[in-house]
Amino acid sequence: MEHYVLTLIIFIPIVGMATILCLPGRSHDLIKWTALLFTLPPLFLGLWLYQNFNGAVPDLQFMVRVPWIPSYNINYFVGVDGVSISMVLLTVLLCPICIVASWGIERAPKGYFALFLLLDAAMAGVFCAMDFFLFYIFWELMLLPMYFLIGIWGGPRREYAAIKFFLYTMLGSVLMLVAMLVFYFHAEYTFDLTKLAASAKNFSADPVLFGLTMPQVLWLALFVNFAVKIPAFPFHTWLPDAHVEAPTAISVILAGVLLKMGTYGILRVNYPLLPEATLQLAPYFLAALGAWNIVYGALCALAQCFIEPKDMKKLVAYSSISHMGYVMLGMASFTPQGINGAVLQMFNHGTITAMLFLIVGVIYDRAHHRRIDGFGGLASVMPVYTGIMALAFFAAMGLPGLSAFISEVLVLLGAWQNYKIPTILGAATVILTAGYLLWTIQQMFLGKPREDYAHMHLSEISRRELGMLIPLGVVVVVLGVYPHAVLDLIDASLRNLNSIVLAAVQGAPVALR
Amino acid sequence: MNLGSVDSLVYLYPEGILVLAILGIFIADLVTDDKEWLGTVALIGAALALVFTSGLSFFGYRFIAGLQGWGEGWLFHRMMILDNFAIFFKVLLALSALAAVWMSLGSNEVKGPNQGEYYAILLASTLGMFFMASAANLLMAYLSLEFVSLTSYVLTGYLRRNRRSGEAALKYLIYGGVASGTMIYGMSWIFGLAGSMDYAEINAALMQGSPDPLALFVALVLVLAGFGYKIAAVPFHMWAPDVYHGAPIPVTAFLAVGSKAAGFALLMRFFYPALSKAGEGGTWQFLSGVDWPQLMLVISMVTMTLGNLAALNQQNVKRLLAYSSIAHAGYTLMGFVVLSDEGLQAMLFYLVVYYLMNLGAFLVVMVVANHNGREDLDGFRGLAWRGGALPAVAMAIFLFSLTGLPPLAGFIGKFYLFAAVVKAEFYYLAVVGILNSVVSLYYYVRVIKTMFLDAPLGTEGTVAYDSHNGPLLIVLSVVTIVLGLYWAPLFEFADRSARFFLG
Repeated sequence: MEHYVLTLIIFIPIVGMATILCLPGRSHDLIKWTALLFTLPPLFLGLWLYQNFNGAVPDLQFMVRVPWIPSYNINYFVGVDGVSISMVLLTVLLCPICIVASWGIERAPKGYFALFLLLDAAMAGVFCAMDFFLFYIFWELMLLPMYFLIGIWGGPRREYAAIKFFLYTMLGSVLMLVAMLVFYFHAEYTFDLTKLAASAKNFSADPVLFGLTMPQVLWLALFVNFAVKIPAFPFHTWLPDAHVEAPTAISVILAGVLLKMGTYGILRVNYPLLPEATLQLAPYFLAALGAWNIVYGALCALAQCFIEPKDMKKLVAYSSISHMGYVMLGMASFTPQGINGAVLQMFNHGTITAMLFLIVGVIYDRAHHRRIDGFGGLASVMPVYTGIMALAFFAAMGLPGLSAFISEVLVLLGAWQNYKIPTILGAATVILTAGYLLWTIQQMFLGKPREDYAHMHLSEISRRELGMLIPLGVVVVVLGVYPHAVLDLIDASLRNLNSIVLAAVQGAPVALR
Repeated sequence: MNLGSVDSLVYLYPEGILVLAILGIFIADLVTDDKEWLGTVALIGAALALVFTSGLSFFGYRFIAGLQGWGEGWLFHRMMILDNFAIFFKVLLALSALAAVWMSLGSNEVKGPNQGEYYAILLASTLGMFFMASAANLLMAYLSLEFVSLTSYVLTGYLRRNRRSGEAALKYLIYGGVASGTMIYGMSWIFGLAGSMDYAEINAALMQGSPDPLALFVALVLVLAGFGYKIAAVPFHMWAPDVYHGAPIPVTAFLAVGSKAAGFALLMRFFYPALSKAGEGGTWQFLSGVDWPQLMLVISMVTMTLGNLAALNQQNVKRLLAYSSIAHAGYTLMGFVVLSDEGLQAMLFYLVVYYLMNLGAFLVVMVVANHNGREDLDGFRGLAWRGGALPAVAMAIFLFSLTGLPPLAGFIGKFYLFAAVVKAEFYYLAVVGILNSVVSLYYYVRVIKTMFLDAPLGTEGTVAYDSHNGPLLIVLSVVTIVLGLYWAPLFEFADRSARFFLG
C-alpha cells in the first residue's frame, strides 16, 4: 500500500475524468454523483496517509521512482515529506467539498466535472512530484482546466479573468522551464529534486546579469513564477478578477489549494536547490514583500467595505493576499517557529478561506448579488448561516482558539527574531483585518433587516451547504486548540529544510535526504 | 557508395511509385469522366510511397531491392544522397502528402473537372520535395526547389474563379521567382569560391583553402534568400500570409507542413555537412570568419517575434495559422543555431510534432469551412455548443500543443529545442523563445475562446460529424496526446536520423 498510495491519490481522479467523459451528457445527477464518488477514495487514502506518516523523520516517505524517459533521466518520482503532507491532505479534503459546492451547475456538467477532476489530479501531482520535470508537467497541467472552468462557468467578465490568469501563470511557468533546464545541464544531468539539492555550487560566482550571480538569477526566475501564484505584490493583479468571476467552487479551490502552490514551490525548489541565494534574497523578496502583501491586501479589502464595487468576493480575495503575506514572512524568518508557522498558515488559510468563499456562495445563490451594502440584518433572517459565518470570519481574523491564531503567532514569533519592522507591520495589520471583517459583519448581518427581503426568498442555509462548511469548521476549531495535529507532521522536515538553508552560510551544503 | 544513374534507380522505389501514380492520374484523367476516384488513386500512390519509404527506414533496402550490403551513399553521380536523414524526411513528406490527399478528398473546395491535374501536381510537388531532402549538389538543390515552387504556385492558384487564390498564386510566383534568382546567384558565387557545386567538395575546398570571408558571407546570405523563403523565415516571409490565405485549405496544409519540412532539410544539409565540420562531443564548428550562426540567431529571434506579434491581431484563422507557422519556423531555427547534435535532433523531432499539430489545425479549419464557407474567427463562434464538439476539442488540443503546453506533444518538441539551446548556453535566445511562447498563447486562446466561451448566435446551424474528416481528426488528436506522454520512439527515430552521410 505504501507503494501505491500517492499514485492512487493522483490518478484516481483521472480515471474519474475518463468515466465522466463516457457518461451521457443529459444525466446530470449521475455525473455529479460519479464525480463525488471519485473524490472520496483519495480522501480516505489521505486519512490513511495521515495515520501512517511518520512525522519524526525529515525524509521522503511513500516514495515511488520508476523510469519514464531514460534518455533524459526523467523518472516518475513521487514522495511526501513534512513540507508536502499538509498540502496533500488539504487537497484531498477540499476536493469533495468543492464537488458538493458545484451541485448547482446546470450548464454542461459533464465538461465541468471532467475538467475539475483533471484539476484535482494535477494539484495532487504537484504536491507529490519530486522530479522537476514531473513537477513542471503537473504545474502546467492545472492551467488548462482552470481556464475553461473560469471562462465557461464564471461571471460576467469571465473571459477577461480567465485569459489574464492563463497568461500570467504561463509567463511564470516558462521561466521555471528555463531554470529547470539550466539545473539539468549544470548538475549532472538529472531532474531529481533530491539530487539537485545544493546544486548551486556548480555555478560560478561571477555576476551575469545586472550584478547578480547565476544562482541569484535562477532564484529570481523561479521566484517570479511562484510569486505569480502566491500571489505576491506586484504579480497579484490576476487574483481579484479570477476570484470574483470564477464560480463558487472554483474560487474555493483556487484560494484553498492553488495559491499554496506558490509558497510550496519556494519551499520545495528555491530553498533546497539555491540555499545561499535564498539567504541573500529572502529578506527583500520574501520578508519585505510579504509584509507589504499583508498590509496591502488588508487595505484593499478594507476599501471594499466602503468603495465601489463593494463586492464581498473581492474582499475575500484581497484578504487571501493579506494572509498569504504571513506565509511569506514566516518562510523568510529562517527560524523553526517561523517556518512551521508559515506551513501551518498555508493549511489554515486553505480551510478558512474555503469557508469564506463558500459562505459568499451561499448568499449569492439566494440573492444573486454580492454587494456588501446590498444586505443588512441578515442575522435575524438566517441565524444559522450567521453563526457559521461568524466562525469563519473570526477564524480569518485570527481569534485565539481558532486555527489561524496559532499560525499567525508562530509566524510573528519567528519573524521577530530576524526582522523587526516587517513583523511590527504584520502584527499591526491585525487591526485592519479585524476592521474589514467586522465592518462587513456589521453592514451585512447586524441591524434591521431590509424591506426587500420579502422578495428575495432568503431561505436558511441548507443541509448540503452546512455539510460543506461543517467539516472545515471542525478542522478550524480542532487546530485552534490542538495544532500539533498538523505540526507533528511538518516539524521535522521543516527544521531540516531550515538547517539546509542556514548551513549555506557556513559554505558546507547539507544534502537533502 | 557512389553510383551512376542506372544503378541508382533501384534505390528510388518511393519516387518511382510517385511517378507511376502521377502518370496514372494523368492517363486516367484523359480517359474518365468521373474525377472523384482520381483522388483515390493519388491516395493509394502516396500510401504506397510511404510504405516503401518506411520500408527503407526500418528494414533496409536489402528486403526490397534484394541487394546485399548496401550502405548510405551517393546516387546519380553524387547529385543525391541516400542516408538516414534523407529517409526521415521522405517519411515525413510522404505522410504530409497522404494527409493532404485525404484532406483534399474531404474538401468542398477541391471539386470540379480539374481534379486530375490537382492530384497529379500535388504528388509531383511531393516528388520534388523528396529530391529536396536528398540533394547533395547545389544544382540539385536549386532544381528540386524550383520544381516544388512551380508546383506550389499552380496548387495555390487552383481555385480559378476565386480572386484571392489567383492573387496569392501571382504573389507567390513573383516572390518565389525573385528568391530563386537571388539564390542561384549566391550559388554561383559559392561555385566561384569553392570550385564545385558538390557539397562534399565545397566542404573540402572551404576547409582547406582560405576563401574571402566577406565574399563567402555575402554568398551565404544570397543563398539563404532562397532557403529562407522556403521555410518562411523573416525577412523572406512576406509571401506566406497571402498564400496561406488564398490557397485551398488542403494546399495550405500541405505547404505549411511539407514544403517547410523540405526547406528545412535543404537548409540543414547545406549548412551542416557542407559548410561546417563535425567536432567532438556532438558539436559542429563553422568556418572561421563566416559567422553564419550569429546571423541565423538574429533571424531566429526576429522570425519568432514577428510571427507571434503579427498573429495577435488576425481575424482570419488561416492567416493566423500562417503567422503562427512563421513563428514556428523561428522556434525550429533555435535548434539550428546552437551547432550541436542535440539541436539537430530537436529540430527533426519538432518538425514531426509540428506536422501533427498544424495539419490538425488546418483540418479543423476545413471542417468549419466545409460547413459554412467561412474561414474567419466568427465562423468558429460557439463551435463546441452547436454540435461541433469533436472539431472544437480537437482544435483546442492542437492549439494548446502549438503553444507548448504539457502534456501535449508540442510541449515536448519545445522542451527539446529549449534543452538544446540551454545546453549550449544561449540564454538570451531561450528567454526570447519562452516569451514568444507566452505571446502566442494569447492568439491561440482567442480561437479557443471563440469556440468554447462564446455562445453561438443561433443563426449558424449545427455542425455535422463528418465521416471523412472525423477519423483523421481523432487520429491526430490522440497521437498528439500520446506523444506528449510517451515520446521515446519518435525521439529515437529523430536521433538516428540526425546523422549525415559525409562521404
